[in-house]
Amino acid sequence: MPVPESGAEPQTAAQTRFDHTLARDQRIEPRDWMPEGYRATLVRQIAQHAHSEIIGMQPEGEWITRAPSLRRKAILFAKVQDEAGHGLYLYSAAETLGADRADLTERLISGRQKYSSIFNYPTLSYADVGVIGWFVDGAAICNQVPLCRSSYGPYARAMVRICKEESFHQRQGYELLLTMMRGSEKQRAQVQDAVDRWWWPSLMMFGPPDGNSPNSERSMAWRIKRHSNDELRQRFVDMTVPQAERLGVTLPDPELVWNEEREVWDFGTPDWSELQRVISGDGPCNQARVERRRQAHEDGAWVREAAAAHAARQQDRQAAQDQQAAQDRQTAQTAQLKGVPA
Amino acid sequence: MTARSEWPLYEVFVRGKRGLNHVHVGSLHAPDERMALTNARDLYTRRNEGVSIWVVRSDAITASTSDEIDPFFAPSGDKVYRHPTFYAIPDDVPHI
Amino acid sequence: MSDDHVYLSLAEASPEGDARWAFGTGFEDPLHGVDTALPESVDPAGLAALCLALGDDALVSAQRLAQWVTCAPELEEEVALANIGLDLLGQARLLLARAGQAEGAGRGEDQLAYFRGPEEFRNVLLAELPNGDFAHCVVRLLLFSSWRLAAFQALTAHPDPVLAAVAAKGINELAYHRDHAAQWTVRLGDGTEESRRRMLAALDELWPHLAELLDGEQQQVRAEVELTLRQVLDAAGLPVPAVPEAASGRGRAGEHTRTWPNCSPSSSRWPGRTRRRHGDRRHGVRRHGDRRHGDGRDGDRGRQVPAATRP
Repeated sequence: MPVPESGAEPQTAAQTRFDHTLARDQRIEPRDWMPEGYRATLVRQIAQHAHSEIIGMQPEGEWITRAPSLRRKAILFAKVQDEAGHGLYLYSAAETLGADRADLTERLISGRQKYSSIFNYPTLSYADVGVIGWFVDGAAICNQVPLCRSSYGPYARAMVRICKEESFHQRQGYELLLTMMRGSEKQRAQVQDAVDRWWWPSLMMFGPPDGNSPNSERSMAWRIKRHSNDELRQRFVDMTVPQAERLGVTLPDPELVWNEEREVWDFGTPDWSELQRVISGDGPCNQARVERRRQAHEDGAWVREAAAAHAARQQDRQAAQDQQAAQDRQTAQTAQLKGVPA
Repeated sequence: MTARSEWPLYEVFVRGKRGLNHVHVGSLHAPDERMALTNARDLYTRRNEGVSIWVVRSDAITASTSDEIDPFFAPSGDKVYRHPTFYAIPDDVPHI
Repeated sequence: MSDDHVYLSLAEASPEGDARWAFGTGFEDPLHGVDTALPESVDPAGLAALCLALGDDALVSAQRLAQWVTCAPELEEEVALANIGLDLLGQARLLLARAGQAEGAGRGEDQLAYFRGPEEFRNVLLAELPNGDFAHCVVRLLLFSSWRLAAFQALTAHPDPVLAAVAAKGINELAYHRDHAAQWTVRLGDGTEESRRRMLAALDELWPHLAELLDGEQQQVRAEVELTLRQVLDAAGLPVPAVPEAASGRGRAGEHTRTWPNCSPSSSRWPGRTRRRHGDRRHGVRRHGDRRHGDGRDGDRGRQVPAATRP
């Protein structure tokens, strides 16, 4: 989409129209005037979301060639491919705000923009593929379903598409775990081990607690975000506990207990210092993840250049052809006017 | 700076099935129109979503701006006679 | 509010909504309505061998394409290569399943994919060569899909209705793969000096393997492959080498390179980097007690962290 124009100084009429649009719970669209802060917040959030999809291909992608059956191989291949697609939908939404994908990619591989901390943990066994589907995609769905009603139209529409497609991601994970839990003792132990490792990092996916989330309030006022981090985290726990019971695994939280009064599950406090560490680049796999992305991007440079060069040459050829055709036509016309048989 | 930015942006429109309009589904980058079309097929119709795809360079689209919303769209807002419910027809008249 | 429960809003299916979003519906079973009984006119052993060879080609190619995941030169190409890989994986599953039926020993797709050693695989060498750069990927795909498309066109007339149906379904997929590879061949051949140099190098390495693809093929298939390749390379401004006479590899006979990409889940490294000698029985005889059908029992997994391997 063409880069939207926005006035340098706050235009009162435009600001009023923007505020009214939000107040009526309608969507802001690309060419509408919007406050710079709104645009910047969106670009940052959408880009981080897109980066997360792309980096998120790595932990699972490593298992495609080693999936335990051909059916599982096809499922995982398709799922990881979807993640590339979802990254593209989101970059596309960011570009409607005037961002450039090449620039966003630069920011990712130079470490100036973040992605979800969850993808900095390693996948140690195929049970991890199942648990990622169950927890990580489950948490993503909790986060993303409300975003389908986010105030920025292209973002909301991308989320609708992504949520529709991701509904299979969580289910395939849970189904894989059900299968493994019906298998050998060793397989059940692998599932429990994966659950133990991924539970707390999954809770951290919702971000810091509300009291410590400076940008949340503004995002909610702008209706970019519709629920607080803690609300979404609670929703995820409430959704997951009965699923864990049904599966026969134990969630690694001794403080997990049903609260009769509030009718929700109370749960322990994640290690927020760990989240801080992983976000700031000190997780188990941060370096490897960014390095892989950087390498792919740089290895692809000659391909992108060659395709652009070929396209430019094709255009020149086409232009030359068109010019020649125009000349021929003119020559023929002139000849006709002069009465010379063509 | 890599040459990626020289792959222009294309907007993608997909006809979900026969009898429906093409709808805008998003955008993508491609070096040329042919690749834009095949990329669109791979990206936006992975789930059997389409029977026809259009791609068009984003910079080739002429669009109304939000400043023009009122002069563009308000004049049609009061022409209620364009809508069938404007006309009262007795209940006993069939097929109308 | 509709998002109060996570799945409720997803379940709100309205015909208008889906039309607006152009979401896909309606998936077809490629074998729907096809009689799967073995026809009497077909030699089961011959059919099994044919399906096995074609299935192995597809499986091994899909493994190589899976190794491109997260390494493609652009995100759009990431999606395209995965589509091709998924198509080939789908062909592999149908063909291996049919090979198992024709063989009549009760082996299913997973038995055949996971419990054979490399010497029992019948894929052509072209399919298993380790990944190189993107030019290598394009040239391999061009050679492979040009041949496979022509071969599948001929197979639509095969007396086995299942193989004929698989071929008929595969034609559309392969036509797309060939087109994708052809477009990239032209772009890279007529791109920059570097891309042309890389294409020439890839042609040098891979072209000799054309002989194994064409070995024993009908004249009509050979002619079509040669014509396609000539047209594409001409359009790309690349030289058209003579079609090699003698096959340089004997993958069809079970002789494979050291880099043959097995599917083993217990492999500690990415298959492309495994360095087992061919003929090493350890490849295929893991955990014979652990029979895996379809997906009922996924096997044990190794616990090693996979090396971050690039193609």
